[in-house]
Amino acid sequence: MDQFKHILDTFFFAIFPYVTIFTFFMVTIQRYRSKAYTYSSLSSQFLENKQHFWGMVPFHYGIISVLLAHFIWFLVPETVLWWNSIPVRLYVMEVGMFIFGLMTFIGLLNIILRRRNNALAKIVTSKADWVVLGFLTVQVVTGLYTAYFYRWGSSWFAASLTPYLWSVIKFSPDLTYITAMPFMVKAHIVSAYSIILLFPFTRLVHALVVPNPYLWRKSQVVRWNWNRKTIRNPKNNS
Amino acid sequence: MDIRSQISMVFHLDKCIGCHTCSIACKNIWTDRKGTEYMWWNNVETKPGTGFPTRWEDQDKYKGGWELVDGELKLKSTSKSKTITNIFHNPTMPTMDDYYEPWSYKYKDLFDAPAGDDQPTAKPISMVTGDYMDIEAGPNWDDDLSGSPIYAENDINLDVLSDEQRDQLFAIERLMMFYFPRICNHCVNPSCVASCPSGALYKRGEDGIVLLDQERCRAWRSCISACPYKKTYYNWNTGKSEKCILCFPRIETGQAPACFHSCVGRIRYLGVLLYDADKIEETAKHPDHELVDAQREMILDPFDENVIREAKKNGISESTLKAAQESPVYKFVKEWGIALPPHVEYRTLPMLFYVPPMLPVMSAQEGDSVRSINEEYFPDFDKARVPIKYLASMFGGGNESHLRYVLKKQSAIRAYRRALTVGDIDVLEAEKALVEADCNPEEADKIYKLTSLCTFEDRFVIPPSHREEAIEMMKDPLEHKQEVGFGFNDSPERGM
Ligand code: HEM
Ligand code: SF4
Ligand code: SF4
Repeated sequence: MDQFKHILDTFFFAIFPYVTIFTFFMVTIQRYRSKAYTYSSLSSQFLENKQHFWGMVPFHYGIISVLLAHFIWFLVPETVLWWNSIPVRLYVMEVGMFIFGLMTFIGLLNIILRRRNNALAKIVTSKADWVVLGFLTVQVVTGLYTAYFYRWGSSWFAASLTPYLWSVIKFSPDLTYITAMPFMVKAHIVSAYSIILLFPFTRLVHALVVPNPYLWRKSQVVRWNWNRKTIRNPKNNS
Repeated sequence: MDIRSQISMVFHLDKCIGCHTCSIACKNIWTDRKGTEYMWWNNVETKPGTGFPTRWEDQDKYKGGWELVDGELKLKSTSKSKTITNIFHNPTMPTMDDYYEPWSYKYKDLFDAPAGDDQPTAKPISMVTGDYMDIEAGPNWDDDLSGSPIYAENDINLDVLSDEQRDQLFAIERLMMFYFPRICNHCVNPSCVASCPSGALYKRGEDGIVLLDQERCRAWRSCISACPYKKTYYNWNTGKSEKCILCFPRIETGQAPACFHSCVGRIRYLGVLLYDADKIEETAKHPDHELVDAQREMILDPFDENVIREAKKNGISESTLKAAQESPVYKFVKEWGIALPPHVEYRTLPMLFYVPPMLPVMSAQEGDSVRSINEEYFPDFDKARVPIKYLASMFGGGNESHLRYVLKKQSAIRAYRRALTVGDIDVLEAEKALVEADCNPEEADKIYKLTSLCTFEDRFVIPPSHREEAIEMMKDPLEHKQEVGFGFNDSPERGM
């Protein structure tokens, strides 16, 4: 039994991560190079505009904030622990993140109901969309469960999961902290890897082409099919 | 000076017969695919009317175009910071209800129906869901003033009229209408381009055609709100926005765009305008009533030595300059000043200009007979059936003087032609009227010819595109020649 558990842990926490990350990079890059046309958020607002707001807005605000928090916990664990060393600050962090988690959940629920019940939204719902929504639900539910029942996530994440994630990145996965984790936490991690695996094959790629250059580009865009300063410059014709 | 060349257009509204041939020509070539059925890159509206999509001119609702805020040009619908919130849910995006649900008919039933007492019918089916549907609206539901209590009366340009003027407009004996064909204006200060977070929309440097890069579009939908003319459309099937491409593959091979080529009323003219790109922002910042003049000011004289020299420095070829000199658009817009931009107050500097309609005729019904309001042939336009104010709201940025100028000139030319051909008006008096309308017999002759007797070659002066030179910059043209046609291999498939 223990050995079986060990095999499972090794597979999900020491092998699976590499499969997903490798696939993620290979396929997203290849897809961008050969089929850039398929990179789109595939908005369905045109067809259904009433429930749309109540799904998209809470979901995206929620998930982007939560993801950002995870990144911070992962990148600067010491700072997080320092922040959390004062209880009030810890509560603010935990309650705040829980609210964002709930927002994500409510948004997700609305997205699912919209796609299930609205005839027009259904037309543009693919099987891949359902897989994505399914995994996201598992992700959010396990996340909320963990946050609620195993407090204080932001502290123990920084203390135990961050070292694990770094060990994965350094190609020497260290499962010491992982094996003892409760089922829900493990499910949360495995589901996260699965979503990374889903990225290149689904609409999730839209999150990778966030149009940040808009913030600093000039407002008008002109494309030239030739260099106008040199094309008819007599000096070039000699 | 930064001189650029722009393929520009003139539509002569007095000549439009509202046949929709242009729309069909466009539909058959470009928007006959799944997800594009509802799009009409070219559509023809009846004015007064609410248009397509319904009430597109209502910028309080759709927030299209630019506005001047403390002397700065700002997009109404979005901005760099607002994009962050609008990207998930666009609050001013028109949706299918604002256009219409496209449909076809189940024609098969006509053949398969069992013999019976009644004629079989072909029931309408939605081209989106494929289910049976009740048709509630179409793209030109208000054609020829049909349903005018719902449509024509809600025309936003009527807001400038007094209640009395409005009532008169809809009194049956004064009823008036005209057609308003629309395509993308290929603006010089396009708000669609400025709004796109991905930079998918762009203006082609060499000819000013505004295009939407299908590979770069990510369905953020900003352009749909930002274009005040509602000439970018969202393809719900591919998850990409699309727009009028001015048939650039035709233009590059010397042919007029399909809607121009097929136009039954021959209302459409196409040619090059040269303009100074350094002046774009400054021009767009003028107050509403100065915008028409400011835009004309930005357009340069292709015969001016200095302009020619600067244009050449900017890589504009001799052949393009020649086309600019022969451009019918230059004549209508700049030389004669009788073509005006639509809704110039949106500040996108549209490069499609309209010769406003003189019709409907200046007559009213009295009892059983029709009486001409003006017994003379030199009418008083303030007594016209179509209030000048209404036209000024569409074509003058609210400035009535432009409309007066155009209508006066046109009617003087008519009277002059009548004097020459029918002879019931004194020629001298007609010539006097011409001068009063800032015209002269020579110019009148030219306007008359380009309006009434114009051939294909007169209407469409298309400059060579010099694609061969463009290729030379990048690779060996002989090598390229063997590869032409193998550029874009992917079919436009919806992503997963
Ligand atoms: C980072 C910036 C992001 C932007 C700008 C963005 C934007 C969008 C947009 C515009 C849509 C289409 C909404 C519509 O139907 O109109 C969308 C849908 C969606 N996004 Fe994002 N997104 C981002 C990040 C994410 C992330 C991180 C995730 C999850 C990992 C995510 C998951 C989804 C899903 C699942 C949908 C489909 C919703 C449905 O089924 O209708 N997005 N996103
Ligand atoms: S009319 Fe054409 S160029 Fe102008 S803003 Fe609209 S889509 Fe852009
Ligand atoms: S084809 Fe010409 S005449 Fe006919 S509706 Fe179109 S623009 Fe008007």
